[in-house]
Order: sequence, then structure tokens, then C-alpha cells
Amino acid sequence: MAKKKNWYDYLWIASSFYILLGFFNILFAWVGLICFLVPFIMSLTGGKKGYCNRYCGRGQLFSILGKRFSKNLPIPKWLYSKWFRYGFLVFFMTMFANMVFSTYLVFSGVNTLREGVTLLWSFSLPWHFAASAAPIPDWIKQFAFGFYSLMLTSTLLGLVTMVLFRPRTWCVYCPMGTMTQLVCKAKYKD
Amino acid sequence: MKKTAILETNSCVSCGCCEKSCPRDAIAVYNGIYAKVEQELCIGCGLCVKACPADIISLREVSSIG
Repeated sequence: MAKKKNWYDYLWIASSFYILLGFFNILFAWVGLICFLVPFIMSLTGGKKGYCNRYCGRGQLFSILGKRFSKNLPIPKWLYSKWFRYGFLVFFMTMFANMVFSTYLVFSGVNTLREGVTLLWSFSLPWHFAASAAPIPDWIKQFAFGFYSLMLTSTLLGLVTMVLFRPRTWCVYCPMGTMTQLVCKAKYKD
Repeated sequence: MKKTAILETNSCVSCGCCEKSCPRDAIAVYNGIYAKVEQELCIGCGLCVKACPADIISLREVSSIG
């Protein structure tokens, strides 16, 4: 029996638009902070893992695409081992901090704005076509490029593991999922 | 013999995929830490087994609950 759909079951549309909009105007990347802040705030304020369980548009998108494109094979054990999940969380947060530092360097005038997106923390792609001409400080634009790089990279990783394994394999090593679970573990220790 | 879902609590990533898939609301994420199965409600359909991205849910035969 199919469950009744709620408004939040359609958040995958917002997630798809988010990725698309980054190809047109990089400033939309800022909206992605919602995916960082909301799960964290929810877990801290008694919402537990409600974001993952209900509102994660990216997870929904993988579920939908996975129905058609996933090989639906079991995932390797190391992928859901604690060392990998926690290791990936630390790595992801380090890269996030690095991106914030790059933004600071532009803010302080040490570096100039770099209109590019870095995929998988290694491959620089020119992204000037989505650069914004808005009369706003360069650091705001730099953060958008950096943050969109993170979001595009994680979407790409999620898509690859969606095809290779289960549709929502990303959920297993999603840094936000791991972090909110850690918050819940600390908060609701038996 | 009745079948029921059993999961490896320690490896659960609490993503909630199982919760969404269950037609009987027999499985739910407990305190955001791990999923828990209500044996009385579980009909052993196996939908959660398929939905779990970490493959930590399996079906086991249990003697019917009296």
C-alpha cells in the first residue's frame, strides 16, 4: 500500500533546481547552506534525524533516479564502517574549512576572485559563464564558487555510488548524516 | 513460521530509508541513532531489506508470537 505523499516528499525538485541554477548564476549556491544548517539545527533542537528521514531532497532524488539507474548491488562493508564514515566527515569538514579560508583570503584582499569550480577537490573547471555581475563584494562570489564545488562534488559522488550500489548509498557516508547521528548519540545516550 | 526484519543496530546509519519503505510503520529511527523494528507489527515483507542502503537488515524466521 503506497503511503500518502506530503509536501516534503517533493523536495527533490528543489535539490535538482539547486544544481541546475549553479550553471546559470553561482550566487544561488548560497541557498545550499540550508542543507548544512537545517539538519544540524534540527538535531541540536530535538528534531533528531528528521532532516534525513523526511526533508532531504538529495536523498529523494537518489531514490527516484536509483529506481531506473541503480544496479542495486550490496555496498562494500568498508563504506559503512565507522572509520570510513567518520574519516569522510573529518575530510569533508577540513575541505569546508579550507574553502572558508579561501573566501577569507579574497575578503582580506590577499587573493583575487577565482571564477572556477573544483570537482572532487582536484579538478578545476572554468565556471565564468555562471559568474555574477552583481555589485557585491568578491568574497561573497568566492564563497559561492567554493560552496558550489562542494555541493557538485558530493552530488557527483552520490550519483556514482547510486549507480554502482543502492540508490541511497550516499546516505551511508553523507557527512551531514554522520554528524547529525553523532549529535543524537551524544544527546540521547542510553 | 512468521518472518520478521532484524537489523545490525551498531552499523545503522539512521538514514530512515527503512522507515519510509515500511507499509506497516513497523520500523522507525529511534532517537536519530538507529532503526528499531516492532516485531508485533512487522509482516516480514522485506521492503526495508531492499531499501536499506547499508544492507544491514535481513529477514529471519521466528516462531509466531503468542
